[in-house]
Amino acid sequence: MTKQQANWSPYDNNGGSCVAIAGADYCVIAADTRMSTGYNILTRDYSKICKLLFYESSLACTFVQLVVSRKCVMASSGFQADVRALQKHLAARHLIYQHQHNKQMSCPAMAQLLSNTLYYKRFFPYYSFNVLGGLDNEGKGCVFTYDAVGSYEKVGYSSQGSGSTLIMPFLDNQLKSPSPLLLPALDAVTPLSEPEAVDLVKTVFASATERDIYTVVHPFNTALSNFSLDVLQGDKLEIVILNASGIRREYMDLRKD
Amino acid sequence: MNLMDSSHSNPMSLCSQADSQRTLYPYVTGTSVIGVKYKDGILMAADMGGSYGSTLRYKSVERMKPIGKHSLLGASGEISDFQEILHYLDELILYDNMWDDGNSLGPKEVHSYLTRVMYNRRNKFNPLWNSLVLGGVKNGQKYLGTVSMIGVHFEDNHVATGFGNHLARPILRDEWHEDLSFEDGVKLLEKCMRVLLYRDRSAVNKLQIAKITEEGVTISQPYSLKTFWGFSAFQNPTVGAEGSW
Repeated sequence: MTKQQANWSPYDNNGGSCVAIAGADYCVIAADTRMSTGYNILTRDYSKICKLLFYESSLACTFVQLVVSRKCVMASSGFQADVRALQKHLAARHLIYQHQHNKQMSCPAMAQLLSNTLYYKRFFPYYSFNVLGGLDNEGKGCVFTYDAVGSYEKVGYSSQGSGSTLIMPFLDNQLKSPSPLLLPALDAVTPLSEPEAVDLVKTVFASATERDIYTVVHPFNTALSNFSLDVLQGDKLEIVILNASGIRREYMDLRKD
Repeated sequence: MNLMDSSHSNPMSLCSQADSQRTLYPYVTGTSVIGVKYKDGILMAADMGGSYGSTLRYKSVERMKPIGKHSLLGASGEISDFQEILHYLDELILYDNMWDDGNSLGPKEVHSYLTRVMYNRRNKFNPLWNSLVLGGVKNGQKYLGTVSMIGVHFEDNHVATGFGNHLARPILRDEWHEDLSFEDGVKLLEKCMRVLLYRDRSAVNKLQIAKITEEGVTISQPYSLKTFWGFSAFQNPTVGAEGSW
């Protein structure tokens, strides 16, 4: 009797793209809000930010963005159940760290923790493609980019997810990152100002949306406040900006199809 | 060779002898469940069929059940796994009640619990073969969420499982709006269920509609939808095909 083949897969790709750009004193992290499976859209508005400031921990977490601390934000795309489990895991570890050290985790520390967490499941991976953005201890922007099993590096900018093949070359062109092979190493952080970087992110998603069916952002009535999201149905782009004054969130609209 | 990796606690877990210990495929299944948010709470609809492959084996399966004071659970997929989930939830609600502290688990909490259960079973390669719809109202806050057998979950203003995702969601995207009245909500759900009845081969014409509001849960008596088959094309289906009969 031939061996049984599995007729279900423990993985699914729920799509989405994420981007992060590091600046001299800020970091911009963005991701779309569409959740899909195959050619179907499951929901256009999977977007609730999880805040982990001090000892507060809320239940709902966004599909793609996790605000881990005042210093770093993680954006992930891929298999939503794994992404969510990973977010919860990191949130819990961060809370424990805060209890034990009486301070928030720094971005480089969180970066290492994420890498270790991913590698821990090297032989049944989290199908999660992550981008971690934040401010280091000097207040300078830093971005770390990962694959599904935890290999990571510090970069000036990165994109992951279904639209990354479209987004990355564009970012390379616009941000002209110095080669990581140069000695002495040149700073990869972009000289762009914060509004310019946010604008670049919006442009980048607008372009990706044109060609990637899994990345989408949707126009909604600008007469209504940005936060009356329940009333409207549609895909959005969620942008989180970290700088010295704290965390800011913006939403943008792009095409819905 | 010793399989020591953490993902497979039992080295035998993927060979044929141990296969009888985990779910491989579903046997008795229910088809779509649809849920919508409306003015006073959540409306959910599901038919009462339990199919055994292509046979319609059971015709009075209640695929929607109230959970605690504030939630309603609808399930598609393997019926026995749904019954096991109800058993887990029974225990969850019991322990919650035993605290006797005036607090009770709301739909968000139950949904979170179910998500964790489904995901953990998927991690052990022994899934509960269901797609669940969890709706409820607590303290005026409406909640409608869904979990799949591999743990993919989200909440939205309208959700559906199985064929409902393909046939009902587009109708709901077009016609759902905030603050639907009860009558409009039922009409909308019936429209979706009718399409499913025409086009989903595992659908049966015996359904229930469930409503959950701040006051509680009401599940209707089973009833059937009116259908129309009097299309002229059905009268003489071969009229255009020469040589056919």
